[in-house]
Amino acid sequence: MIRFTRVTKEYPRLGAALSNVSFNVGKGEFVFLTGPSGAGKSTILKLIYMEERPTDGEVRVDGMSSVTIRPREIPTLRRKLGIVFQDFRLLEDRTAGANVAFALEVTGASRSSIPGKVSRALTQVGLASKATSYPRELSGGEQQRVAIARALVNDPVLLIADEPTGNLDDRATRGVFQLLRDINASGTAVLMATHNLDLIRRSDYRSIELNRGQIVFDSAEAAKAAIERFAE
Amino acid sequence: MPAIRESLIAFRRAPLLSALSITTIAFSLFAVGLFGLVVLNIRGALEKVEERVEIRAFISDKTPVEEVALAANDVAKYDEVQSVDLVTKDQALERARRELGEFRDVFEAEFLPASLDVHLKPGYRDPASVHRVADRLKALTFVDDVRFGEDWIEQLYRLRNIAGVAAAALGLAFAAIAIIIIGSTIRMAVLARTREISIMRLVGATDSYVRRPFLIEGFVKGILGGLLALGLTWLAIHAVSSYLSFQTVFFDQRLAILGLAGGALMGLLGSAFSVGRHLRRV
Repeated sequence: MIRFTRVTKEYPRLGAALSNVSFNVGKGEFVFLTGPSGAGKSTILKLIYMEERPTDGEVRVDGMSSVTIRPREIPTLRRKLGIVFQDFRLLEDRTAGANVAFALEVTGASRSSIPGKVSRALTQVGLASKATSYPRELSGGEQQRVAIARALVNDPVLLIADEPTGNLDDRATRGVFQLLRDINASGTAVLMATHNLDLIRRSDYRSIELNRGQIVFDSAEAAKAAIERFAE
Repeated sequence: MPAIRESLIAFRRAPLLSALSITTIAFSLFAVGLFGLVVLNIRGALEKVEERVEIRAFISDKTPVEEVALAANDVAKYDEVQSVDLVTKDQALERARRELGEFRDVFEAEFLPASLDVHLKPGYRDPASVHRVADRLKALTFVDDVRFGEDWIEQLYRLRNIAGVAAAALGLAFAAIAIIIIGSTIRMAVLARTREISIMRLVGATDSYVRRPFLIEGFVKGILGGLLALGLTWLAIHAVSSYLSFQTVFFDQRLAILGLAGGALMGLLGSAFSVGRHLRRV
């Protein structure tokens, strides 16, 4: 699904955000991306949805390579992904339903198919009754659920979440996290960048820890090493 | 169509910014329009003056009228010639008395010679053509002298050339300024929707999808601005006509439509430029 091969990303003024990073994420996997601010988590996510290109190395996402992809192919890639942010990124002057529909209109979905898909996505996140509410009328947790519904409506193969619980209280955090687990359980891979160690501890999903642009811990690699040690 | 709905939403969402854009476009086009009208009126005035370009070939006293009439027919067939009037001695006297009323008693019969008054077609009133026709007339055996106000024609022609070059240069400058102003106002609209554009792209919108509503918006703003500019220009020229008692010409239907199309094109180009630049940057 995702393959990073010796990826380095440098910014002209800021220097290296990632140095020689390699990892894979398989289909249907749930992976936490953790580490302190500035460790490179958001850079990894931006490289996945090709907002940024690596300075060196290769990023492959669902068969598309950062080395060979043409700019006009990037929208096609993004239609296979669902992206969720800490600040929700909803359009304030549109209702929850319109925000979700927006993701379908943009991809040229037929007008007749849109209401049904929007309704299904909002039901999936538990907000069927809030379709006509504007973002300002919703709580933080509800706004994030609308954003998740928008990310889900195109049936993505991968959901990328950049600190999705960063602005939420504990209760809303638990609700959003449970929703992401449910989405993953239905077969969608989830890559979630978070500072929330409690969430990581409470689940047995794989976690990749970054520091200063390098992977300092990968629970999958650690488990593999432990198995190898056990086998010896 | 989503793109049309998106552009309508943009008008509704930021009515003040939209009104500002349309007014700015209108005033830039108003400046172009006023300049166009000045050019149009100066050209009209010059054409009226040019219509008076006339070559007068004076005829020897003893020439038979039939011979002159035949020659007049030949001259009328020259490519450059619009019309030829045969003015007899009596008619010349009558005209002199009419034009110089105070001195009417000075003129006596047979005092003035008969003449062929030759008027040239539009496009043949330049000094070279006038000289060419004058030379051919001089070559006629019964012609004593040919007059056509040589200095006056050359000055008129020079004035016309200067006016033409100045009109083209200033017109281009005004149009360039209008495009820059329109581009800047539309850029404000684009910047106001940066967040929306970034969300569109995140959910997989192609650049052409993002661009479309802005192009429609620019096009509509260009037309509305053009209409407003046309109205302002009409008011301005009406005010000039009535307060200065000065006969002016307004754009005909064809030029008005051309102006509106120009406004729409400027709106479209301004949008395309602004959105294109924005999309390349983000």
